[in-house]
Amino acid sequence: MMGTIQKTETVPIRSGSDVVLVRQRVRAWAIEAKFSLVEQTKIVTAASELARNTLEHGGGGDAQLVLLNNGGRVGIQLIFSDQGPGILDVKLALSDGYTSANGMGLGLGGSKRLMNEFEIETEPGRGTRISCIRWK
Amino acid sequence: MERIPILRMGNFLLVTIQVDMHDKLALTLQDDLTTRIAEVGAKGVLIDISSLEIVDSFIGRTLANIASMARVLDAETVVVGMQPAVAITLVELGMSLPGIRTALNVETGMEFLRQTVPDYRERDDDGDYTED
Repeated sequence: MMGTIQKTETVPIRSGSDVVLVRQRVRAWAIEAKFSLVEQTKIVTAASELARNTLEHGGGGDAQLVLLNNGGRVGIQLIFSDQGPGILDVKLALSDGYTSANGMGLGLGGSKRLMNEFEIETEPGRGTRISCIRWK
Repeated sequence: MERIPILRMGNFLLVTIQVDMHDKLALTLQDDLTTRIAEVGAKGVLIDISSLEIVDSFIGRTLANIASMARVLDAETVVVGMQPAVAITLVELGMSLPGIRTALNVETGMEFLRQTVPDYRERDDDGDYTED
């Protein structure tokens, strides 16, 4: 399910403070789209996990925020892309407890649970693109 | 370098996290707190997270690490003031913060530490009590 794009914004992820910036931008968007406090918290937490993945595993990349409207239903789409090493085993990476660096192994699987739609495109050596949407 | 202040009250350490922490700042807090516990022989640590708008897996893990390290150094940790929306999200994320003692607010958190730590006043080497 997609819908029409209302607006977009791109936030580069190059350092730890950019992860904080992604959280702040996503929060501002979620407030503007009138998501409830619990929904805002879920979207921002998912964004934080995925932005950190982009930085730590992808060696940096971009976060793209997209405001969607599907027949009056508002959604926020977050797209994280990097040119890093890619994910070898997506199914394994999505399972709880999987961790490649210094995480708790909840990043991907956890953020998938916090969003309504979740898609990973990855190729070893070519990078990763993760797109997720939360509908209101 | 940016740091989160650690206050000392008798042999308790108090921390209020009031900024949106980047990961390095969380790790600095972990190191600073552990060092301070050993330095002052703290018996209790209270961390107020009521201003935190999210706790993701990294911050959750840092809190768990602080509690474990404190425990090894003979200090109890209590995390207080988690916002309900944060609690809901954290559990859905898959983290229930096992091993972390929590309380609703600073008051109940302090009460827990006072009850858990046998004597929260300062004691010198010869066993006398002194007010700090």
